[in-house]
Amino acid sequence: MIDNGLLVQMLLGALLGLSVYLPLAAGQLSLATPAFYAVGGTLAALLSTRWSALGATADGGFPVPSLLLEMALGGLLAGLLALLVGRLVLRLQGIYLAISTIALVEIVRVAILNLPFTGGAVGIFAIPQPFATAAGYLLPALALLALAGWLCQRLELMPLGRAMAAIRNDELAARCMGIDTTRVKLIAFVLSAVLAGSTGALAAHFLNTWNARQGSFDASITTLAFVILGGSRTWLGPVVGGLLLTALPELLRPVGDARLVLFGLVILLGPVLAPQGLITPALLERLGGWGLRSAAGRDAEGAQP
Amino acid sequence: MSVPLLEVRELSRRFGGLLAVDQVSFAVQPGEIFGLIGPNGAGKTTLFNLISGVTPPSGGAVLWRGAPITGQPPHRLNRLGLARTFQNLRLFEDLSVLENVLVALQRRPRSSAAGGLLNSAGHRRAERQRLQAAWQLLEELGLTALAERQAGTLAYGDRRRLEMARALATDPSLLLLDEPAAGLNPAEKDQLCQLIAALRQSHQLTVMIIEHHVPLLMRLCDRMAVLDFGVRIALGTPEDVRRDPQVIEAYLGTGSGAGSGSGGGSGSGSGCSAS
Ligand SMILES: Nc1ncnc2c1ncn2[C@@H]1O[C@H](COP(=O)(O)OP(=O)(O)O)[C@@H](O)[C@H]1O
Ligand SMILES: [Mg+2]
Repeated sequence: MIDNGLLVQMLLGALLGLSVYLPLAAGQLSLATPAFYAVGGTLAALLSTRWSALGATADGGFPVPSLLLEMALGGLLAGLLALLVGRLVLRLQGIYLAISTIALVEIVRVAILNLPFTGGAVGIFAIPQPFATAAGYLLPALALLALAGWLCQRLELMPLGRAMAAIRNDELAARCMGIDTTRVKLIAFVLSAVLAGSTGALAAHFLNTWNARQGSFDASITTLAFVILGGSRTWLGPVVGGLLLTALPELLRPVGDARLVLFGLVILLGPVLAPQGLITPALLERLGGWGLRSAAGRDAEGAQP
Repeated sequence: MSVPLLEVRELSRRFGGLLAVDQVSFAVQPGEIFGLIGPNGAGKTTLFNLISGVTPPSGGAVLWRGAPITGQPPHRLNRLGLARTFQNLRLFEDLSVLENVLVALQRRPRSSAAGGLLNSAGHRRAERQRLQAAWQLLEELGLTALAERQAGTLAYGDRRRLEMARALATDPSLLLLDEPAAGLNPAEKDQLCQLIAALRQSHQLTVMIIEHHVPLLMRLCDRMAVLDFGVRIALGTPEDVRRDPQVIEAYLGTGSGAGSGSGGGSGSGSGCSAS
């Protein structure tokens, strides 16, 4: 039932879930992930179809190193955009930040729709393929997810990640403890954008076509749902949420039109039945203690005089 | 006299039509414990907010070792050596007690993000030092047994001490304590008083303390200021302040809970003395 194509989509979902998670780990509800995803995807679509130096072949093939370069560039461009925009929007708090990041998604979508070289509403077609089958995309998607997971895991054991957690808990207190909260929030926002941009670059090749609809307000809500359903307290939550919620509509396909209703019910009931999300630190501890707290605790015990 | 560690000059803060702090001036000398008293709503917390950069002043200046620092953001002021606690407790409630202190130890020592990501030897050494410093602070404040507990689950007195541990973790020269004894029973208050005196020694601190319990302040403080409706109505040693007619009228003599203790300072013999 789950074919390789769906598996790749699920991994992409997990990546976008992590992109929403990163600012949220610093207490910032940003819905900008689809904007950065669109920026990365559009860049990759343009570069691979127009810049012959990247090595697209006549039969639609594409060198893997060029794909990796595009993922890096997509992340870079999205990160730069986040650096510019973040300075402005991160002054806002809570729901105001959420709304302004939705506005960013809309601005980017309309811009891509209307730029003279992005193919308008139909978008960019025949994006060359580095892999002959969907299975080929599993490896880069998994590698990017592993990299992102490793980043999140390391963050929890270093000052930057602790500062993010402190801001999530109480921003004013964090400031009074010497934390440059503006800087920490901006870093989290940029990391989120880099991840979404790289993911977009990979997705553009995987999907073969790309248009402005890839980064829409709908996607803001869906990616947020990944985090809410999966849980926002550990990075594994959004990964699980992204995997599950991406798979669900496909798995429900046999029930026909009712699948969208069922999908909606899951999103609705998830937070009711598991307010903290499916994956919580407490659950991880029970599963064998590889969550943040136990890891920090072990280190700590070792250092106790 | 040496350069004051902290000086406020005609510091004011207006909230709409209300002058919460009205042209307040005083200086805090290095090493002293400086008390701040006044009825509820007198502007004590607002004054701490002004000094710590949380609230911008409407007028006046704050000087740190003689240099103006007015308008600097809280994290800069903290890095200069100014730390505070909060009257209404602002712990990082989701984090463990140990993590609360570790957060505040960010910069002791500093370590690079790249080193942290790669778990370099330098990063591991820095983490070890931070952990050691954290455990030492927990020990000093009697929180060792609670290190793994989530801060949000602590009892009230433990929270108050964790607030102090966290502030101390930033290695301050000046510690601002906003009602650290609020909600504590008399025995705990007495312990806290001794703790503050001990911490001043071991951390070479200058302390500013807001407290309603006048006997405690009288014993602990070298000097104190009295605020009333945002105005500094008295300044001096506890003895001076106690005899000040304006203070007696405005605060100590009102028959409030705090006033009833005004003469009892010498009676409780806690061994907690300021000198
Ligand atoms: N952020 C604020 N906005 C409006 N009024 C405030 C604010 N903070 C304090 N005040 C007012 O300023 C006065 C002084 O408050 P505060 O400094 O908290 O007093 P204290 O700590 O001495 O009890 C009070 O009347 C209070 O209502
Ligand atoms: Mg107060």
